[in-house]
Amino acid sequence: MVEHLPALQVVLPLVAAPLIVLARSPRFAWLATTAVSYACLVIAALLATRVATLGAFSYALGSWAPPWGIEYRVDALSAFVLVAVALTASFVAPYARRSIAAELDADRQYLMYAMYCLCLAGLLGITVTGDAFNLFVFLEISSLASYVLIALGRRRQALVAAFQYMLMGTVGATFYVIGVGLLYLVTGTLNLADLAERLRGVEDLRPVLAALAFITVGIGLKLALFPLHQWLPNAYAYAPSMATAFLAATATKVSVYVLLRFYFTVFDPAALFDRLPTRETFLALSVAAMILASLVAVFEREVKRLFAWSSVAQIGYITLGIGLENHAGLTGSIAHLLNHGVTKGAIFLLLGGVALRSGAASISVGSLAGLGRRMPLTAFGLVIAGLSLIGVPGTAGFVTKWFLILGAIEREAWWVVGAILASSLIAVAYVWRLVEAAYLRAGQGTRREAPAGMLAAGLAMAGLCVYFGFFTSINVAGASDAASFLLRGAR
Amino acid sequence: MMLALSILIPAAAAALIAACHRRPNLREAVSLAAAAGLFACVASLGGDVLRGARPSLAAGEILPGFALAFELEPLGCLFALVASGLWFVSGVYSIGYMRGNDERHQTRFYVCFALAIAGAIGVALAGNLLTLYLFYEFLTFVTYPLVTHHGDEPARRGGRTYLALLLVSSMLFLLPAMAITWWIGGSLDFAPGGILAGKLSGPAAAGLAALYAFGIGKAALMPLHRWLPAAMVAPTPVSALLHAVAVVKAGVFSIVKVVVYVFGIGFGAEAFAWLPWVAGFTIIAASIVALRADNLKRRLAYSTVSQLAYVVLAAAILTPLSIVGAALHIAAHALGKITLFFAAGAIYTAAHKTEVSQLDGLGRRMPWTFAAFAIGALSMIGLPPAAGFVSKWFMVSGALAAQHWFALAVLVASTLLNAGYFLPIVYRAFFVPALPDDARHGEAPWPMVAALVATAALTVAMFVWADVPLALARRLA
Repeated sequence: MVEHLPALQVVLPLVAAPLIVLARSPRFAWLATTAVSYACLVIAALLATRVATLGAFSYALGSWAPPWGIEYRVDALSAFVLVAVALTASFVAPYARRSIAAELDADRQYLMYAMYCLCLAGLLGITVTGDAFNLFVFLEISSLASYVLIALGRRRQALVAAFQYMLMGTVGATFYVIGVGLLYLVTGTLNLADLAERLRGVEDLRPVLAALAFITVGIGLKLALFPLHQWLPNAYAYAPSMATAFLAATATKVSVYVLLRFYFTVFDPAALFDRLPTRETFLALSVAAMILASLVAVFEREVKRLFAWSSVAQIGYITLGIGLENHAGLTGSIAHLLNHGVTKGAIFLLLGGVALRSGAASISVGSLAGLGRRMPLTAFGLVIAGLSLIGVPGTAGFVTKWFLILGAIEREAWWVVGAILASSLIAVAYVWRLVEAAYLRAGQGTRREAPAGMLAAGLAMAGLCVYFGFFTSINVAGASDAASFLLRGAR
Repeated sequence: MMLALSILIPAAAAALIAACHRRPNLREAVSLAAAAGLFACVASLGGDVLRGARPSLAAGEILPGFALAFELEPLGCLFALVASGLWFVSGVYSIGYMRGNDERHQTRFYVCFALAIAGAIGVALAGNLLTLYLFYEFLTFVTYPLVTHHGDEPARRGGRTYLALLLVSSMLFLLPAMAITWWIGGSLDFAPGGILAGKLSGPAAAGLAALYAFGIGKAALMPLHRWLPAAMVAPTPVSALLHAVAVVKAGVFSIVKVVVYVFGIGFGAEAFAWLPWVAGFTIIAASIVALRADNLKRRLAYSTVSQLAYVVLAAAILTPLSIVGAALHIAAHALGKITLFFAAGAIYTAAHKTEVSQLDGLGRRMPWTFAAFAIGALSMIGLPPAAGFVSKWFMVSGALAAQHWFALAVLVASTLLNAGYFLPIVYRAFFVPALPDDARHGEAPWPMVAALVATAALTVAMFVWADVPLALARRLA
């Protein structure tokens, strides 16, 4: 049983999706989704403990030995990402019932659940697989599902946003598959571990360099690496609340995982970082994202879009670790996959409650006036998550910031230190616009909190922001193991 | 055990106060009881510290190598005593003020006040820089709702300045300073000889010292002092909290702590050689601004900027005597300044006067208030029989011992300036005949008067019985 866990991790949500479509009942859909999400969390936790005690292990799908069959591989990094994704899912699923019921017609609700399960299956599959082409398949499963999730948004702009995302996402996936094709041309294998072995010594071949470029841009599109982030603000702004929370907390993070996997375990990091300007490129792009996207957020009027821009900036924090390429920097980056996931997850979950009670399709900063009176708990949760976004000590965001700063100091890249600090100050500016609106401006309306289930999920996630700020045995220890694992071959 | 209790009492009080929001009497009783309990707790710990103990508590690791750790040393003990003692007094005062002025959101006020005390105690007890930083930032955020209490446009603007300056300084300077310290020294624990000695020299050391000195924006060194006058939009008990009980004291306390326990007395003298000049400039410049301010609270605010720089100056001279002076001045200034703010608030509540030029003859209607004000003023100037004299004595002796003539000149000049902006207020109140004013009023509500008389009495008491704070301060140097 235990040895089949890597497969179960993916199969469970994958099987749930067609069942939900067959049953069509929203109630069954919700129960199945929630059960699957919790089961995924348990499996991910079991896998993570197993990796922590026994080390990385692999699973041959259908007992076909790798590299001929498809290999599933769980190591420190993938276990960490599995936990991050499943953790978010286990908060989003219970939240979904009221939120979906409020935003979609009864006859279309099952679609949302089914797509969510498919997306979850895809994301977990990307993380667990050890095969480059299988990874592509899962990438497409999750992406296609997320296009539908976004298109189900209440406003008509959601269709445009989904279409825009689909165009960019398809370009990204195509680039990725071209890159993988080139690698296959050179090495004749698709197994990631096998690829890594066969690529040693041929890093300077032109097809390999081209593959690197295709994969970087393709995955860069998926993870919204600045300046390939154009699809993200609209997609987040118009998607249904639950979809925004889930995608913001997981989808881009898993793409970052793919990039990390290719950069540190498939290509030879020594060649990649010393002979190519990888470090400089990633530092420059990350810093640009951290500063520019944060500045856009300061002047954005629509709240979901504001936080979408903030996500672009926070993805900059995550990719910064690739540019720093040292243990502290990568620990910060990988920890931020989880830290930012819970932070943004909490924010979008709580905003979903605000949207539900205000009845409007979009929430402007001005319409938050008096939120501190109308929805005191929601407003408080938003403040806590906002503090984590800024990186105030005692929150998850601080942990990330601290490691990134240490990483930058170690590289003696003082301008990067300055950029990290400047970016968190800009975050104060946009978070405080909301705080001022919620607490220091009078608004109308009577006191009415979000439905209990939604509120509880949002607050619990906001609580996690504080929990991970003090008890770092999951986020930092896991990320530190993963960083050691990535740098093992490096130097 | 007692250490954990010291943090938990104000935190638990905040929760209880929030729970009692429908019953004001109970709510305020909880607040006072917690303050009394906290003071007793800290006092009993103080006894141990005087006997040479260093109670400590490790509450677990936040990050690998970074524990959430508490350790009570003499300076922290002094600060904690001041904060907890003045919490009680200002609690009494707040009851009078908040009810007398019909303020809104009183529960939020008491909750944030209690949380701010928890933050200040956390700063006082912190056993390493990371813990100190955690509570330092916590203090910034929980005092924000207090500063913006009125919720109108001036409050929003004041709150913005308050938050912006404090966060810019702490994020842009203090955080990297800590990271660099960790990188160079390999530790963030406060250690008696410092953790940086011998690992850094020349301009790099001075640069790191500057990051710390300006990063701790709560100490209000110029040019990062503007948040303090901006925060004057808050109700008077909040000003007392900021200026005397918790916030600025957390700032200068952190600076002294960094000088003594991170750089170490020997090495610090080299790294902080430039600091007396900045502090001296701040003292004089702030005094001149105060001299020209007509608004009473603004004058008091700039007086605070200048008095805080005394502490920084004394710490930066780095002789044992001046360190004692710095430690004592944290307590002495707290007692004196809280008296002055209490008096300003009483004047506002009873007479609705805010400008110095309106105070003519008020001393006869509010004799207790102005007598207390006079004692506070004496303490600011540094005259007997007030606590300010004791600390200033040690600072002057320290400057003499170090033969730091600039510091000495600043101390003398600023004493004159202090006299120049405080004595006219007392003179006006008692000796200038009152304007033909129709308002018939007496003293402010009794809890306020009781509180300000108590702090004035404490100011005198600290002059007469200076041995307890002195014993604590001497253990430091």
